[in-house]
Amino acid sequence: MSILVDRNTKVITQGITGKTGQFHTRMCRDYANGRAAFVAGVNPKKPGESFEGIPIYATVKEARAATGATVSVIYVPPPFAAAAIDEAVDAGLDLVVCITEGIPVRDMIRTRDRMRGRKTLLLGPNCPGVITPDEIKIGIMPGHIHRKGRIGVVSRSGTLTYEAVGQLTELGLGQSTAVGIGGDPVNGLKHIDILKRFNDDPETDAVIMIGEIGGGDEEAAAAWVKANMKKPVVGFIAGVTAPPGKRMGHAGAIISGGKGTAQEKLAAMEDAGIKVTRNPAEMGKLLKSVL
Amino acid sequence: MKIHEYQGKEIFRRYGMSVPRGIPAFSVDEAVAAAKSLGGPVWVVKAQIHAGGRGKGGGVKVAKSLDDVKARASEILGMQLVTHQTGPAGQKVRRLLIEEGADIRKELYVGMVVDRASQRVVLMASSEGGMDIEEVAAKTPEKIERVTIDPKTGLTDADADDVARKIGVPEGSIGQARTILQGLYRAFDETDASLAEINPLVITGDGKVIALDAKLNFDDNALFRHPDIVEMRDLDEEDPNEIAASKFDLSYISLDGNIGCLVNGAGLAMATMDVIKLYGGEPANFLDVGGGATAEKVTEAFKIMLRNPHLKAILVNIFGGIMKCDTIAEGVIAASKAVGLKVPLVVRMKGTNEELGRKILADSGLPIISANDMAQAAEKVVAAAKGASK
Repeated sequence: MSILVDRNTKVITQGITGKTGQFHTRMCRDYANGRAAFVAGVNPKKPGESFEGIPIYATVKEARAATGATVSVIYVPPPFAAAAIDEAVDAGLDLVVCITEGIPVRDMIRTRDRMRGRKTLLLGPNCPGVITPDEIKIGIMPGHIHRKGRIGVVSRSGTLTYEAVGQLTELGLGQSTAVGIGGDPVNGLKHIDILKRFNDDPETDAVIMIGEIGGGDEEAAAAWVKANMKKPVVGFIAGVTAPPGKRMGHAGAIISGGKGTAQEKLAAMEDAGIKVTRNPAEMGKLLKSVL
Repeated sequence: MKIHEYQGKEIFRRYGMSVPRGIPAFSVDEAVAAAKSLGGPVWVVKAQIHAGGRGKGGGVKVAKSLDDVKARASEILGMQLVTHQTGPAGQKVRRLLIEEGADIRKELYVGMVVDRASQRVVLMASSEGGMDIEEVAAKTPEKIERVTIDPKTGLTDADADDVARKIGVPEGSIGQARTILQGLYRAFDETDASLAEINPLVITGDGKVIALDAKLNFDDNALFRHPDIVEMRDLDEEDPNEIAASKFDLSYISLDGNIGCLVNGAGLAMATMDVIKLYGGEPANFLDVGGGATAEKVTEAFKIMLRNPHLKAILVNIFGGIMKCDTIAEGVIAASKAVGLKVPLVVRMKGTNEELGRKILADSGLPIISANDMAQAAEKVVAAAKGASK
């Protein structure tokens, strides 16, 4: 098992014909079971064509009907990305992974509002995606740093997720699933949602949770861990040295009104029994110490 | 993106919101002319900078004659205005807003932000106007009313009226308050604002409801659909390094330390700053080169970092995902050569094509200090910055 995606997942790529979409579709298809997994692309202007053997449909709905795919990954440019999510939700997919960075917050407020009461889950936007090593890679992470194993990874940051995964792999600890939830302020799945799934996954033994300044998601997740989590969780929060009021690259990484500091988050996590490190080079070692 | 108060009020006017009559002025003469054309007997001379807390810092003055306007304008224009938001150096005042005076009976607070938990815009309002709202939130949170706004309906009449009553708007002025509150939501929504504040919203002696101040920040990701707002940008109010960086799609923020960092990914960039601090150093900047960095972008990133006279060493920390390590290595070499790099450079690369990247660096003949992990990289760069690595 794993969470969210596995070897049997079938994926539609929205924005398959753009430069980014093409590059990463190739990389994903070349990873593990990717050739069987990436079954369709969507471009309203190019139905009937194909991208290196992957058929292109005009809409997500048609792609789904033709292939049975239940997941989509989005590389559509920011002005059109929220509409692409809406389309995937309307097509009744189980999971939408939105890689696109730079979607206006107002668009996401409306898209998230439309998603209320619908079954579709959203990962991202502005995220690296999700990988279940040796089974399927949906997103832009470098596949080769991952190993199959029993550690769950969840993070708001792309490259910091790779950092954690790289450390785990070097210590001989493989990953069940590594999930990047993204750096935007209005997004889909949050730390708490991923932790719940890792808690229920019989093939995950422990979790690395990586957060950053801004918002209160880490605090909410910590409170849930304190009451419910049966497996060890270790954590790191980026931005201890970040100045208040400045957006640190990610749209969501900002300390505003004195709220959302790394110190607050670290305190909430420690209070919940989550072991934290202030040294990002030691995330893997810390995880190993709790097994 | 931020704009000035007078620009915010222009936007407010478009949404039918009541604001005092006022005219922006860029010189003392313009200030006097503005006062003349507004007519007396009382004017307010207001410094226009992007930071809040202008009144307390001496940037807002009442004038009761044209000579007084001239004196106040001369005083404020060109001053280094220091507020709790500017830092100790303050911000030079280059623009003024001359406004008619208002007969203030009551000062209220109204603000809007995107609430991340509910994923909706939230209206915050308080009877405690004119004060620092963060202070009110900390000391008397019960005095802040909150309404979560459904994007399908906007701010309803019922919610607007209810909030207005709760913060003490008199019954006869509720209709005017509703116009302002609903106008503020429409302005917030339609301009892709990320923050809107009226502090204070005032009730005048004759029961008028007026937005005496206007603060609007905008979502940078949505500026592509608001060319009129982009035109309001005042580059004098922004860090020149951050402006230069944004031209090359680099995300850069100046900090106080002496160790430059060039990193891919926002989270890793923050973590790199944190680990530098952990090993006893001080980061000079946050710099995310993003996913599609080219040799040109890395060169520009180096140039921007090197503008800092305090810079003692640079740490390049790359975990290749989208970006390949050989691209970075080539960029680092080209950049080092282009700028004639004199400060020590520590490079740590991992991920896609890392061996190739390291080989390119090693073969370059440049004195680049290599590191295997983040901790080692931090240790080496801190030592290099202290002049200990020889």
